[in-house]
Amino acid sequence: MVYEVFRQERKGQPYAHAGAIAAPDQAFAEAYAREQYGRRGESVGLWVVPRQAILEVHDFVDELERNYHRVDGYSLRDKLKEARERARTAAARDR
Amino acid sequence: MRHLHERLLEIADDELVLGWRNSEWTGIAPFLEEDVAFSSIAQNEIGHARALYQLVARELGTTADELALDRQPGEYRCAPLVELRLVDDWAKTIARHWLYEAADWIRLAALRRGGDEDLAGLAAKIDREEAYHRMHADMWFARLRDEARFQEAVDELWPSALGVVDPELRAELAALVGRPEVPAVERDAHTDALRELWDEMTMVRRSEPAGAQW
Repeated sequence: MVYEVFRQERKGQPYAHAGAIAAPDQAFAEAYAREQYGRRGESVGLWVVPRQAILEVHDFVDELERNYHRVDGYSLRDKLKEARERARTAAARDR
Repeated sequence: MRHLHERLLEIADDELVLGWRNSEWTGIAPFLEEDVAFSSIAQNEIGHARALYQLVARELGTTADELALDRQPGEYRCAPLVELRLVDDWAKTIARHWLYEAADWIRLAALRRGGDEDLAGLAAKIDREEAYHRMHADMWFARLRDEARFQEAVDELWPSALGVVDPELRAELAALVGRPEVPAVERDAHTDALRELWDEMTMVRRSEPAGAQW
């Protein structure tokens, strides 16, 4: 059985994927996770998860090009340029 | 009653020699994860030996390296159980590992009760690492306990395992592993396996003149 291991480097930090181990059951998985991802003081916590328990999601359909859902659908650079332009004009007018 | 440093040398020699034997599985353990885990346990045992040798060396005015590597095979105090070369018999290796960890646990507990503060502190530190060795040994025991090969190996090694602890601790060890107390294989005679191990273990050390700096 394959277990995915996530480790936390310091308290308060998010757990990040560290790697996978093969183990016959949970007791072996714990022992092997400790040895491979914890014995050098590189982790303060581990999540050891059977691979089958992970729900994988891959396909993100975007048939209608709804780019307003995405950050790249909104060009901050252009908006910022326009806003600065407006501010400059307004300042010149008030002078 | 033996001197304290004699008792400590027994433990240190056990840990060094068993660490050495277990390290013979590095690269050839049954699967990769186990290879990493068992090698790591072997390294811990040698680390425990080093800490104990340092304590004894202070007492005797020598160094840990000299104690570990400059004695003659006959001067080592290790128990026959740890000397056996068990590659490539994994069932027997796990049987020894499980029996030794049980014996070592009882022995360390006795040291912690012993009244010497430095020693009790070191024993507590060592025991915190040994807790993971026991966890490893117990999970393998749970997996192999019903296998005939494993049971035969435990039967064969049991008298040697009893010899790892002092006579007054043997009833406790027998109760812990659930076996009857039988005549123990004492640490007064070495097996031929130790001589071979010693040849290899001290080979590099002996290739340089005494006192060489590394």
